[in-house]
Order: sequence, then C-alpha cells, then structure tokens
Amino acid sequence: MSSDETNVGVDRMADAEPVPGSAKPDPILVADGVRRSFGGLTAVDVGHLEVQRGTITALIGPNGAGKSTLFNLLTGFDRVDGGRWTFQGGAVNGKSGHRVARAGMVRTFQLTKALTRMTVLDNMLLGAPGQFGERMAGAFLRPVWQRQERENTRRAMELLERFKLVDKREDMAGSLSGGQRKLLEMARSLMTDPAMIMLDEPMAGVNPALVQSLLGHITSLRDEGKTVLFVEHDMDVIMGISDWIVVLAQGRVIAEGRPSDIRSNQQVIDAYLGAQEETAEVGGSDDD
Amino acid sequence: MRTRLVTVLLALITAILVIPGPAATADEQGGESLHGQILNPEDRDQGVEGIRITVFDGEDETGAAETDSDGMWEVELPGPGTYRVVVDQESVPSEFVVREGLIVDGETEVEVEAGGQRPLIIGLERPGASDDDSASPSEEESEDSGAAAADDEAVAPVADSGGSFGERFVQLAAAGLLFGLVIAVSAIGLSLIFGTTKMINFAHGDMVTFGAMAALVFSSGAAGLGNSLLAIFAGLGVAVLLGGFLEGRWPRAVLITAQWTAIFVGIALATVLGVMGDAVGWSVPLWLAAGIAVLMGAVLGASMERYIWRPLRHRNVALIQMFIVSIGLALVVRHVILVLFGAGRSRYAGYQIQEPVRFGPVEMAPRDLVVMAVAVVVLVGVACLLQFTRIGKAMRAVSDNRDLSESSGIDVDRVTLYVWGLGGGLSALGGVLYGLNQVVEYEMGFRLLLMMFAAVILGGLGTAYGAMVGGLAVGMVAMLSTLWFPSQLMQAWALALMILMLLIRPQGLLGRRERVG
Amino acid sequence: MDILSILAESTRSALGPIAAIYALAAVGLNFHFGYTGLLNFGQVGFMLVGAYGVGISVAVFDLPLLAGFAVGLLCALVLALLLGVPTLRLRADYLAITTIAAAEVLRLVYRAGFAEPLTGGVYGLQNLSSGFRALNPFDGGTRYGVGALAYNGNHMWVLVVTWGLVLLMVGLTWMLMHSPWGRVIKGVREDEDAVRSLGKNVFGYKMQALVLGGLIGAMAGCMLAVYQASIQPDQFKPQVTFFLWVILLLGGAGRVFGPVLGAMAFWFLMTFTDGLLKGFGSMGWLPFLSGPDYGAIQLAFVGLLLVVLIVFRPQGIIGDRKEMLINVK
Repeated sequence: MSSDETNVGVDRMADAEPVPGSAKPDPILVADGVRRSFGGLTAVDVGHLEVQRGTITALIGPNGAGKSTLFNLLTGFDRVDGGRWTFQGGAVNGKSGHRVARAGMVRTFQLTKALTRMTVLDNMLLGAPGQFGERMAGAFLRPVWQRQERENTRRAMELLERFKLVDKREDMAGSLSGGQRKLLEMARSLMTDPAMIMLDEPMAGVNPALVQSLLGHITSLRDEGKTVLFVEHDMDVIMGISDWIVVLAQGRVIAEGRPSDIRSNQQVIDAYLGAQEETAEVGGSDDD
Repeated sequence: MRTRLVTVLLALITAILVIPGPAATADEQGGESLHGQILNPEDRDQGVEGIRITVFDGEDETGAAETDSDGMWEVELPGPGTYRVVVDQESVPSEFVVREGLIVDGETEVEVEAGGQRPLIIGLERPGASDDDSASPSEEESEDSGAAAADDEAVAPVADSGGSFGERFVQLAAAGLLFGLVIAVSAIGLSLIFGTTKMINFAHGDMVTFGAMAALVFSSGAAGLGNSLLAIFAGLGVAVLLGGFLEGRWPRAVLITAQWTAIFVGIALATVLGVMGDAVGWSVPLWLAAGIAVLMGAVLGASMERYIWRPLRHRNVALIQMFIVSIGLALVVRHVILVLFGAGRSRYAGYQIQEPVRFGPVEMAPRDLVVMAVAVVVLVGVACLLQFTRIGKAMRAVSDNRDLSESSGIDVDRVTLYVWGLGGGLSALGGVLYGLNQVVEYEMGFRLLLMMFAAVILGGLGTAYGAMVGGLAVGMVAMLSTLWFPSQLMQAWALALMILMLLIRPQGLLGRRERVG
Repeated sequence: MDILSILAESTRSALGPIAAIYALAAVGLNFHFGYTGLLNFGQVGFMLVGAYGVGISVAVFDLPLLAGFAVGLLCALVLALLLGVPTLRLRADYLAITTIAAAEVLRLVYRAGFAEPLTGGVYGLQNLSSGFRALNPFDGGTRYGVGALAYNGNHMWVLVVTWGLVLLMVGLTWMLMHSPWGRVIKGVREDEDAVRSLGKNVFGYKMQALVLGGLIGAMAGCMLAVYQASIQPDQFKPQVTFFLWVILLLGGAGRVFGPVLGAMAFWFLMTFTDGLLKGFGSMGWLPFLSGPDYGAIQLAFVGLLLVVLIVFRPQGIIGDRKEMLINVK
C-alpha cells in the first residue's frame, strides 16, 4: 500500500503517545468533558481530546458513534450538555456557529450544502470574511464595497482554478455533480481563510475518479499549514492520508494514534474493524 | 410565452383606451352618496329599523333617509363637499342611545369626495355603557367577536353573580377545563399530522368548522345539500378505504377503476339527491349527527391525504411549498363552507337554554358536562389506541422517525393515511363540541386553530400527548386570564404563552431536542 | 353583460391605488419569502399596525400625517422584533405559526371593546386623510386619465404617491439584492447552516430582512389608511396576507418586479372574475348563488390559485422555470 510511504517521510506526531486523551506538543484544539445526550441516550461523552496543529487528523468510529454530533458540538451547530474547549487558545464553547467559524474553525457538511440557486462564484464570494457590503447600510455604498469585491473575486477565481471549477463559475451550484459540490464546499470554506478545516465525510457519494483529486487537495491543505480534522468511513482513505487517528465508539474516545498504532489496536478491531468485516462478509454472501 | 403575453396586453390596452370613459365607468358616475347600516348592539345580525338621518349642506337640507328592516340607509348627495349629518335622536329606540365618539349630540361632519360613496358608521349602545366599560366584560362590548362573545356567555353568569374571587376562579377553571378539552381533541390530529409528515396543516381549523357545520345540517334537517354531501363523502370514503385496505392485494388497474367508480357514483348520486332537494328530507338527533360528522371529517382528512398530500410528497414538493398549499386549501375549504352553509351564526337546536347543574361552587349546563365527558372519553380512547394497538404504535413510530420506520418495514404511506383519517375525525368531533359549547359559524375553526397552534407548540410539535397537555394548559390560561383581563385578550394570552414557550423551551413540554445535521 | 367594460374596469383596478398598496405590501413579503425564505403568514399584521399608527395619531391625537407614518413604522419595528426574537432561531414553520396567529390576535385586540378609546373598536377610525389631501397637487373634483383609465384627483394623488413608493422600494430591493448583503440573504434562503458555517450571523440577517419587509408592509398600511380616509379592523383579516402570497407567487417570488406585476395581474383577475360573476348572475346563469356568495367564491378561487401556482408554477407567470427546478430539497 502506498499509504505507509506518505507517512514515512515525516512523522508529524512523533512526540504524541498513542493513548486516548494524549497530550500533543502544539494543540490547536483542546476539548474537555464534552457531553451531549438525546432523550437519555448518550451520544457524545469525550473526556479529553487534543488536535495537533498542522496535521490531518481523522475521526473514525462505527455508525452512531457520535462523530457527526461531536462535529456539530465543536463547531457550535448543536448545544452541549456540558464541557469546555479552546481553539487556538481562546474558549469557543457556547459560541454560536458563525462565531466559531469566524474564530477560524470552518466546517463542511456530510450532506453537501451547496447554495443551489446561486452561481458557483456567488457561493465562493459568500465565504469571504469581513465584507463591508454585507452590512445593510454598507450595501448602499457600492463604490466602497466594489473594491473589496474585486479582490475577493480574484481570490475566488484562484481557488476555483485550483479546484478545477473555474469553467463552472457562472453556473448555478445546483447543476454541479455531487463530487463537484464537495469540491465547491471545500473551496468555499477556504475563502474564509480558516486555521482549521473540518470535513464531514468528504468522500461520501463522490465518484471514485474524483477521490484521488480530493485526497490531493486535503493533503495540500496540510502542506500549506492548515489543520484538517475529518470524519470518514473509507479505511483506505483514512490510513492513507491521516497523520493521526481518533477512534470514537458509543460517544467515547477509545483509541488514538498513528495509522499503524490503530491498525494493531485490539480494542479498535473489536469495536469497529471487526464489525465492519462482519458486515462485509454478510454483504459478500448476499452477492452469491 | 412572453411575446404572446405582451401582444395580448397591448391589444387590451388599446381597446381600453378607445372605450369612451363615461360608458365604462358608469357605475362610478352614479354620484356621491352617504350610506351605512345601523345594527342592534346586542345582536349584530339584526339591524335597527326606523332611525331617521338627515344630511345638511350648511343650513340647507340636501337629503334624508330612514333605516330599513336591515338597518340600511343611503342618502344621495348633489356633489362632493363637506356635509353635516344629523341623526334624529327621537327615532332611536328608547333602549339605546347613539354612541358618542365621531358623532357628538347626534351630529357629525363628513367630507365626501368626488364620485365617493362613503360609508358612515353610526353605532348604538345602551345608555351609560361607555361610562363603565372597564367594570366588567359586559355583553355590549364583546359581542362582536364570535369566540369572545360565546366565551362571554360561559363567563357571564360568573360576572353577573359577582361572586367572590374564589368562586369565580373555580367557575372559570371549570370553563377552562372544558375549553382545554375541546382544544385538545381538535389538536391531536394537527400534532400527529405534523409528526408523521413534518407538515403544518393550516387547513385544520377549517376541518373543525366542517365537522360542526355537518352536524348542524344533519341534526336540523338534511335535505338536498346534506344528502348530496353525504353521497359525495360516501363515494370518497369508499375510494379511500379501498385504497387503504386493498392496495397491493388487488391488481392496480382494477383498484383504480374501482376507486374512481366509487367517486363518480358518489358524485352522480349527489347530483340526483341535490335535484330531488327537499323531497328526501330527514334529520337525526345531534349525537347521531355528530357521529356522521366525525365519519365525514375522517373521510375529508383521509381523502386530502390520498388525493393531495401523497401525490405532492411523491413529487418531492418542498415542505415550504406544502405549507402554502395547505394555506390555499384552508381558504378553499373555508369559503366553500361559506357558500354552502352561509355566514350566519347558529346553535344546535334544543341545547341552547338549559338549567345549569350545581356542583359545589361550580355551575354548568348539562350540555357542557356532556361535552366534557365525551372529550375525556375520546382522549383516553386515543391514548389507548396509540399505546396499545398496532396501528397506534406504528403512528407513534412514524411520528418519531419517518425514515427509520420506513426502513424497518412499516408502510408509512398507509400509517399517514390513518393519521389523517384519525385527525380529520377528531377535528370534526372537536368542531361539534366547540359548536355545542359556543356558536357554529364559518370562521369558528380558524379562531380555534390559533388556540390549537398554541397548544401543540406548548406541548411539543408532533407529540399526541403534548397536544393534550398543551390544549388543557392553553384552555385554562385563556379562561383564567378573564379574571383579570378583558375576555377579548384570551387569544392574546394563548399567543403570549406560546411565544414564551418558544423562548425558553422551543421543543415544548413533552418534545425532545432534535438532532442537528 | 358588456365584456369590454368589465375588461376596462379590470385594467383600471390593476393600475389603481389598491393594486399599488398591495404591490407595496408584497414588496415587503418578497423580502421575507422571496429572498430570505421566511414564511411570514401574517404580513397583514404589519399593515394593520401601520394603518393604525396613522389612524390613532391623526384621529385621536391630532398629530400631523408624517408623525402618523413614523408611529406606524415604529410599531412595525417593534412587532417584527417581537415575532423574530423567539422564532428566527428555530425551524421555518415556527415563524409561520407565530405570524399567522399574531396578525389575527392583533386584529382581535384592536377591535376589542377595551381598546375603543384608541382604536375605535369595531367601528374603526375616520377622517384620516385631510393632511394628505392638503398636499394634493391635483384637483379633487377633476378626473385625470384617458378613456376608461381615469381617476379622480384624490385617487390620482394616492395613486401617484403609492406607485412612487412602490418604485422606490423596488429600487431599494434591487440595490440591496445586488450587493454582498443580498448575497448573504439569498444564501440564507438556500441553506442557513451553510451560511452560518461561513461565519455569517444568520439570525441577524433574518431579523434585518423581517424588519425591513415588515416596515414596507406597514408603509402599505399607512397608505391604505390615507387612501380610504377611514380604517376598520375587519379589513385586516388573514385573507389579505393570502392575497399578498398569491400576488407574490403570480409575479414570481425573489424577482425584483415580481410583486408589481403580481399585484397588477391579481387585481385585474379579481375585478374581472367579480365582473363576470355579477354578469352571469344578472343573466340568471348562477341559479343557486346570491350576491354575497360571489365574494366567497372569489376567495375560494384565490385559495385554489395559490395551490395551483405553488405546485405547478412556483416561479410565477413570467419567471424562469430553470431556476426553480434546481430547487430539489
């Protein structure tokens, strides 16, 4: 597998111990005691979690492990029952979604949220932060915001170029294919110039031909110094590009470590990989 | 499309510009006039006859009129200008006086513009009514709004007897319980429908009106109209039932043919019965009429689901669009009811005047006791249905999570059909109970709808038990508020309660916080 | 029955003051639903507070007309905040329920007996337009216009001012919607979570749109009071809101000129069907119906129109089908 080679060059997590809740040398996100339950059912109960700056961290776990809920909680899209977390040293718990995003932690969604009846370029421009013309009074001062608009358009075009969407810029976002929408969503979140980008199942529903290019985009984000946290199901993908893996089961972190640590972790195999193999076997026998 | 439209428009504009003005606007050139209607302050449906109104231009009399049996009057004027209108106080029946306000000492000045046919409002009141209007929610000031008026009648004995605070409290609490039970019965369907389809049925109030009206027709004598309605609903009912039970068991083509045959037979029968008119007149006691109304309500609900909502869902029409469809349907149902049954306010014959029964401090008419008993029995019955029967459990499951239920093998469409049938039947029953307690008129359902909204949000949208709890709470709060505040503010308090709930616990008393994303 | 004169009368009402007032209120609703996706089923409530703002200021407190407008707009602002704060953080349907209930409760409160010293109760308020007519450059007694399209001086004045306001508000819509602010607003309509994830304060934007549309609705209410010179609470029944929805959907929601075209088309249709029904009635073609039923039939027709439009042509009569078809949510 090529997966091992990518991680051979530099081990970005050399100083971290592969145990749940381990301390990282330079954490960008530190969470403590994050809890959330739905009608008596505990969806998330994370004791301590740190995410290392400038790495790709994967969040995995069986269905219903609380990965998406944890995402929603950390990004302010759902209210916690308890817990604190800091991002780049500042507390962000209890802040609403847009404030978390402004702090530099931007997310995408499992079900892609392209703004369907707006053009691709408008989708991109919406991501630009600090626009004067987005204030109601400012909207009337066309000359003032137009300069900013030109600069934002230039940046948007660069990103569209990079994500190979530049030809589609005048099309309605709703006319894009599923994979293109994922790309658009990623490009749009980059418009906000985030320090950390959180991808909720970026490969789900993407045509296999596009997967490689999406992977390329994710690794290049890290190489530019951004932190990536992502939820994914496809084990090949996870093992291939992650620097660090956090395993969630029944709302708790049961294991953390480099891909190689996780692969050999018995608890993980029991909780997750085993379960997956089982279903794979069942699926296989069904085919016959 | 666009060019055709423009051509038509241009042609039209040309045509209109060449029409000579006076001919086209003949009705507007009818000249200036003043008109109005003087109503009996104690019964807004009655006009007051024989009141003389004289119009002066300066000191010259330009015209005079006397109200007719409906209280209508009209004075033709020679042209635009300012006129002095004098109401002859002598001609006003001795039990009333002209309401002061715009009119001072029976006189007022009005300005009439060119071509204007201006209404002038002249109100009557009981002597001295305006002096003590803050004393109690007296009949005079509150008879205008149907709900408030009828509620006042329930409240009136308390206010009149001027009992101690404690007595009034207990009496109003009983009235609140009654009102709450009626709201609860009507609102369960609203909440269950929301639970299963995530759609707010804005036409639910008009389904309530429909039930009340249907019971009125069959209890007071169903001739042409009642028979026709019954025939149409029988046809629809058979069609929906066939679909509900035999879908998948009979071949599709046969089933559809059978369904449409049923519907067309119903319509044909309705036409025949309608033409025969009074020849086949009959009437049944109210309890039986109520039963028929509930069945018809169930058919109405189920056929709405089968022939409107299910096709829309299968077309993937967005929820927001569905809301607007239900608003449109509400308008259609309400005004079809208005055309069929008229705008009058009526009561179920034989239940208007009853000697109240006393239970300690509480005094209640026997009809209200029956209403309460029926409501309680029905609520318990619905709870049992939801709790213990297979279809009830399925309803709760679909309400809880539609997708999960679908994937675990529940026939979601069929459950939804039953929910609509149940909801329609319950709302019709709610209408009968509400009408028994108050009056039957074509907007009663819409007013109750506001209370139902408050109830379902208070209890938790989508939960049947929440609607029951919320209904009781809203009924209580609305009635008890009249202890301190004017009765017309009842609805306002219900709304305030709802908004408060949205602020502190948007998921309602019994609702659960939803998952996001 | 003279079909040509019915057509003429319909055209006259399509351009008349009432159509203009409804167009104005629909411009407000366009901000709510067309651009922001807010389900406001109580636009009539904003019209009511606007109209009574003028009515109470002028008739009860003898304030000048402009003060009345200011009071009306202020009331609309307060109403928008009261409706928005509890509901705009929640799902769209909560706003729908709250607005429809609030508008009706407002009507019941304004017509209630205890409010009579201020609102005139069921009788409403009268003699409201002298201040407006004092400014009238037209002569109240003369008719202006060509052929069938003639209005008397007072109506002409209302007509010019109201259509002027409509144009002004349409201009405002255009400017706002072609700015980054409008881009965020449209983004909220498409998917508010996506917009929130990009760091925009969605609640704030929705509130701004609710207030702005409400203010425009109140302005329409003010003009209604001025036009009629009198107001009664029962003019502000829920069907007014539904008329506005039909207008918006006829013209095309989310289009700058949608409400204007919609209002014209709607009042043309209303007057036309009214003329037809009366014509048929006078010829004895409608055996089971009497005069008052025609109004009810028309309202049922409005409801039907609403259903048919939203299901089959959600883009409006002249809208772009392609744009709406993409909307598969």
